[in-house]
Amino acid sequence: MEENIILGLDEGTGPFLNTRRTRKKIRKIAGDYGMAVNPQVKAWQLAVGQQQRVEIIKALYRDADILIMDEPTSVLTPQEVDQLFSTLRTLVDDGLTIIFITHKLDEVMEISDRVTVLRKGKTIATLDTSETSKPELAELMVGRAVVFRLEKAAGQRGDEVLRVDGLQALNDRALPALRGASFTLSEGEILGIAGVSGNGQSELAEVLTGLRHATGGRVLLGDEEITNRSARAIADRGVAHVPAERIRMGTVANMSIRENLMLKSYRYRKFSHGMFLDKNAANEKARQAMIDYQISAPSDETAAKLLSGGNIQRLVLAREFAGEPRLIIAAHPTYGLDVGATEQVRQVLLKQRERGAAILLISEDLEEIMSMSDRILVLFDGEVMGVVAADEAKIETLGLMMAGTRQSGGE
Amino acid sequence: MHAPSWLCIERRPLPSGRTILTVSVIAIVAAFVVAGIFFALFGVPPIEAYGTILRGALGSWHGFAETLRRAIPLLLIGVGLTVAFRALFWNIGADGQLLLGTAAATWVALFSGLHGPIVIPAMFVAGFIAGALWGLIPAVLKAKLGINDVITTLMMNYIAMYLIMWLIHGPWKGPTMRGFAYTDKFPPAAQIPTIAGTHVHWPTLVLGLVLAVAAYVLVNRTKMGFEIRVVGENPHAARFAGISQLKTTLVVMLISGGLAGLAGVGEVAGVHMRLLDPNQISMGYGYTAIIVAWLARKNPLAVIITALFFGILMAGGDVIKVSLQLPFQLIDVFNGLIMFFLIGSELLMHYKISLRRR
Repeated sequence: MEENIILGLDEGTGPFLNTRRTRKKIRKIAGDYGMAVNPQVKAWQLAVGQQQRVEIIKALYRDADILIMDEPTSVLTPQEVDQLFSTLRTLVDDGLTIIFITHKLDEVMEISDRVTVLRKGKTIATLDTSETSKPELAELMVGRAVVFRLEKAAGQRGDEVLRVDGLQALNDRALPALRGASFTLSEGEILGIAGVSGNGQSELAEVLTGLRHATGGRVLLGDEEITNRSARAIADRGVAHVPAERIRMGTVANMSIRENLMLKSYRYRKFSHGMFLDKNAANEKARQAMIDYQISAPSDETAAKLLSGGNIQRLVLAREFAGEPRLIIAAHPTYGLDVGATEQVRQVLLKQRERGAAILLISEDLEEIMSMSDRILVLFDGEVMGVVAADEAKIETLGLMMAGTRQSGGE
Repeated sequence: MHAPSWLCIERRPLPSGRTILTVSVIAIVAAFVVAGIFFALFGVPPIEAYGTILRGALGSWHGFAETLRRAIPLLLIGVGLTVAFRALFWNIGADGQLLLGTAAATWVALFSGLHGPIVIPAMFVAGFIAGALWGLIPAVLKAKLGINDVITTLMMNYIAMYLIMWLIHGPWKGPTMRGFAYTDKFPPAAQIPTIAGTHVHWPTLVLGLVLAVAAYVLVNRTKMGFEIRVVGENPHAARFAGISQLKTTLVVMLISGGLAGLAGVGEVAGVHMRLLDPNQISMGYGYTAIIVAWLARKNPLAVIITALFFGILMAGGDVIKVSLQLPFQLIDVFNGLIMFFLIGSELLMHYKISLRRR
């Protein structure tokens, strides 16, 4: 860690490092701002929250006057966020300037003195935080008023669609990521998966969609066991996947909107004749999808890489929901989108729910989880901490569960 | 990357057809200019050298026939390589796949006991299978074990080369060849017809043109081609969409290796009429075809043009050797320069570079 902190600095005497002096300085900075760290730990051993502290220390070590933070809270638990905020306040009191980039309005209201709203690379407004409000900021961000409370039809819970039983899986570093997770999901229901990132959410999505091998447990889709079936077999059974990495995984940058819409259905009889692709059918579908999902682009020939984040996500949704899926695995569906696109994505998901789809909603945005879900499941370290009904859930309780306190009672 | 302040580097959204063509032409011209320095060092004015190459390769029917003969294997291999490159399989081993094709064709011609009009089709089929199987080995190694395809395909060229050497020095050494390391001459039924007075084995040429069109249709119009393009453009999206990388890799190498094998059949049964030293058969067709496919920007139809272009260079190389007493290797230098500038020009295709006005 200490080596990371002095990375790129010309420290010590001549070619030698003065480790002792470095260590002392780090300890002093860490002590002054209440950031408990051990300079000799290796960086990979640190949790994300700690790694972030290291980054802050790194900046302070260089006697920075301005600290720029880009979405620093997306990987933290509510408790860690509180800790970070109190650190930041001490820093500001000591005369440091902090630029805090976020799209979470609550954080803006809580931490900032002044706020600047940017839209499409332009400054829209700069305001004193004390003289503005969340609705006003949201309006400035989209250019129109956004309804925060989602109009949600009463749940029409039907038959059980998904049953996950003692599911186990490893992460990319071959360490246990899921340790026996169990839950069920029914038609017309949204089950929100809350948790700080890196607690097994992405592995869960991957196992359920056939992209990761389960090392134990079972996954049932209706009556059929789909554990460790191929991604194609699972998709063919009506499971849609809105991937977390919509650009890297969800689209092919150099291919057209039309071809991206065909990414999974190109081989279905509807869009092919024998071994050949049916270009006309694809054209027609693309035109319709662009209207239905308001994908704005010059034509369906436009390459996916020229689309904005919101349009890419619209494209992904248009493709994934085309076959009226029974089960939708939506991972961070609104992450990084502007308020308008976020709103639209949520409406589309709710429409799917009304149609009767079972939806597993993985998100780091607690507000989103709470406003969208029927039930909320909290994952911590690959285990289910509890499942609570969304209308009874309190943000403090969820925060505790996200930090590893098991909920007694639950369902 | 820090650019000086008077330079302005902007990312281009998507290179248009015209940009690609312009950039490719600039790359070739740059290669001509730099290669010109080498000609000058050999005491030959570059303009005269290029004039000689052009006159030699295109100025007479005989010269053009030589150009065509060189273009045939480049066409077949180049088309196959565009398909492999589309799926991001770096097949550097077309030379070896070609040699396996020559061995299979030789076996059919001399040892299979087949007679009559069936022999030539049988040679092509055998050549395709042999080249494809040789290409499948590195494909399986990559898909199953993640072994680098560049290294395996390249190394397998040497194995193929020594295999042919062993065949012509050992079991297949022709009894009528008075101790030379050749096989016997192929019987007439195993000789591909040529245009009278030339080495242009036209059936192979026709086959190459047909396959170029077929490969274009495959890549752009079929389900298989869609899978190949997705795997090549974004392997993560391919996995996400449930497209099998294993299957795609095997298919492209089957095609790429098979087409190189066909080129091998054409060389032994259309030009040499016997199996002989690997260096005399191939002369680096497998490597030159990499540049052919690259210059065609992985478009099988464009390979028809680029293969012809390199056919001119190779035929021209023979001419400058004879009439200007220059080493043939100058053409290899030239090929290398084109590849160098082509890869360098990728930057120009994706970025717009202009002088900043103050």
